[in-house]
Amino acid sequence: MQTLNTYRSGPDERGHFGIYGGRYVAETLMPLILAVEEAYAKAKADPSFQAELDYYLDHYVGRPSPLYFAARLTRHFGGAKLYFKRDELNHTGAHKINNVLGQILLARRMGKRRIIAETGAGQHGVATATACALFDLSCVVYMGATDIERQKPNVFRMKLLGAEVVPVHSGTATLKDAMNDALRDWVAHVDDTFYVIGTVAGPHPYPAMVRDFQSVIGNETRVQMQQAEGRLPDTLVACIGGGSNAMGLFHPFLDEPSVRMIGVEAGGHGIDTGLHAASLNGGRPGVLHGNRTYLLQDDDGQIKDAHSISAGLDYPGIGPEHAWLNDLGRVEYVSITDKEALAAFQLCSRLEGIIPALEPAHALAHVAKIAPGLPRDHLLVMNLCGRGDKDIFAVAEHLGVTL
Amino acid sequence: MSRIARRFAALKAEGRAGLVAYLTAGDPDIETSTRLFEGVAAAGADLIEIGMPFSDPMADGPAIQAGGQRALKAGMTLRKTLALARHLRERDADTPYVLMGYYNPIYRYGAEAFARDAVDAGIDGAIIVDLPPEEDAELAGPAREAGLDVIRLATPTSDDRRLPTIVRGAGGFLYYVAIAGITGTRSADSGAVREAVARLRRHTDLPVAVGFGIKNPEQAAAVARAADAAAVGSALVDRVAQNLDGDGRAKPGLVDAVLGEISALASGIRAARRERA
Repeated sequence: MQTLNTYRSGPDERGHFGIYGGRYVAETLMPLILAVEEAYAKAKADPSFQAELDYYLDHYVGRPSPLYFAARLTRHFGGAKLYFKRDELNHTGAHKINNVLGQILLARRMGKRRIIAETGAGQHGVATATACALFDLSCVVYMGATDIERQKPNVFRMKLLGAEVVPVHSGTATLKDAMNDALRDWVAHVDDTFYVIGTVAGPHPYPAMVRDFQSVIGNETRVQMQQAEGRLPDTLVACIGGGSNAMGLFHPFLDEPSVRMIGVEAGGHGIDTGLHAASLNGGRPGVLHGNRTYLLQDDDGQIKDAHSISAGLDYPGIGPEHAWLNDLGRVEYVSITDKEALAAFQLCSRLEGIIPALEPAHALAHVAKIAPGLPRDHLLVMNLCGRGDKDIFAVAEHLGVTL
Repeated sequence: MSRIARRFAALKAEGRAGLVAYLTAGDPDIETSTRLFEGVAAAGADLIEIGMPFSDPMADGPAIQAGGQRALKAGMTLRKTLALARHLRERDADTPYVLMGYYNPIYRYGAEAFARDAVDAGIDGAIIVDLPPEEDAELAGPAREAGLDVIRLATPTSDDRRLPTIVRGAGGFLYYVAIAGITGTRSADSGAVREAVARLRRHTDLPVAVGFGIKNPEQAAAVARAADAAAVGSALVDRVAQNLDGDGRAKPGLVDAVLGEISALASGIRAARRERA
């Protein structure tokens, strides 16, 4: 493992984390991306921007989210002391709103009145539609036709909130295709539109900007763990699709050598089957959606379909900073299959009275593997980044239950 | 002098603009695509863009997306695209060939190997849509060494502040994207194109080709009055799509229909008198 003075100084001024990241976009978008970068740099240096964001995080989202000691699961696993960072209690039911509010406040500062977004599970779409309702902005959400079918409640929520949901039929009709169409929309509406990207991916400055907005998760965890246990946590676990909830939890701890971090990718039917969404464990570096990162692709560089029970993890790429941290060995990346996630989904519901989203159920399934072997004073924090209401129909179907 | 420079010099001597014809390699199948490309120059195209199919063409509209999907389904790869170019070059020593596509297949192939093999196959330039000047050094270096022009794009959003970055290190010709949008979705406004080309000429001596949004001979002629070349892609790929049967197979008249369209576009351009910019 290569040792750096700090893991928190990236990206460089051109948006690179080592060889990853960058700005691989059509020339039409370059001036727009440069304008977002300039506006974000200005906002970051302006205390009134953070103050405004903090106001909405406290009073609208309901932050800070609790750091909850999961006593029954801890007893059940019989090892490490398990804490949940309860970001599923946020308004709209997931961590996505943290980032969306930041970007929407930025869009307002830039005078943009039309907001576009891509969504997979619909959580980012719902969060974006919510913030657009709050600030009276027009909102267009691109969503793969396949995902619309498996996430009907969220589609209805977005419409209730006043957003237009555009079904994407191109390619495989999932999250990657929704992102393609959002980028196509942006190219065609350069004057009035701001693209709210939902994860730590895309062209610079998005990976860094989304990370900054999600770092509230890790910053709170640090303070809360200090209050609860008087020290740093020992291990952090979070699920990874694009990787924004994981990056938000990990980033404030990257320079603490005693803190171990594990990102959990979606293993689908298993890495060996080729039917998975594990870009780091089953992909190779490439260029897509504005950044260089690990991608699921064939020998010709064509992007392959991702497969996961969880629509929110069903993406053939991963944020570039994760790709970099993976190569450096600072964060471990593992994978969990659909089956293991389903079992964890049910276990969490029964033992803690919390129905988790299928995404963090992947993280919990990995916790179930490692917690029993860890000492009882080992402090393990898992990011419970979303609630499972949206998933009950899909889960029922997998369990053979007709609703 | 490169093939591209020679061709633009010849066009200038003739006092007319050129036609750049785009087709996706392998669309709708490799055999039909080969026959199409074999006829493109004779039908009147002055430069040929060979589209490298990609699974996620984020700058392309429905027509070229569909063309790429057909080609990939037919088993097209970057390696086979280069083989197609080599085959074409054996029959035609003069027409400039330009590859157009996205970076990931090239990155996977290896930028150095790509530049070398492309030139070896008779390719003259490459337009990589998702490789802006900020990111193209890793291809531009090997390309310069191999003698492959990296052709840059300018767009309606390229203002006078942005243009110097674009033209610095640009090769072959400058490709002006006439609409803020994806390929084949809107029509280019000829007044706006004229103004934009005049602005580009203040920044570069390279020939200017205009594409995206040119759908018929009249529009091609209008662009030809202002620019050094007019590029047509979606309209031709659409013509391919119109000549497929219910199972997506090429109908007997496909090649003639597409080449006929190219001839009509070429006539439109040749009839247009070129104005001095």
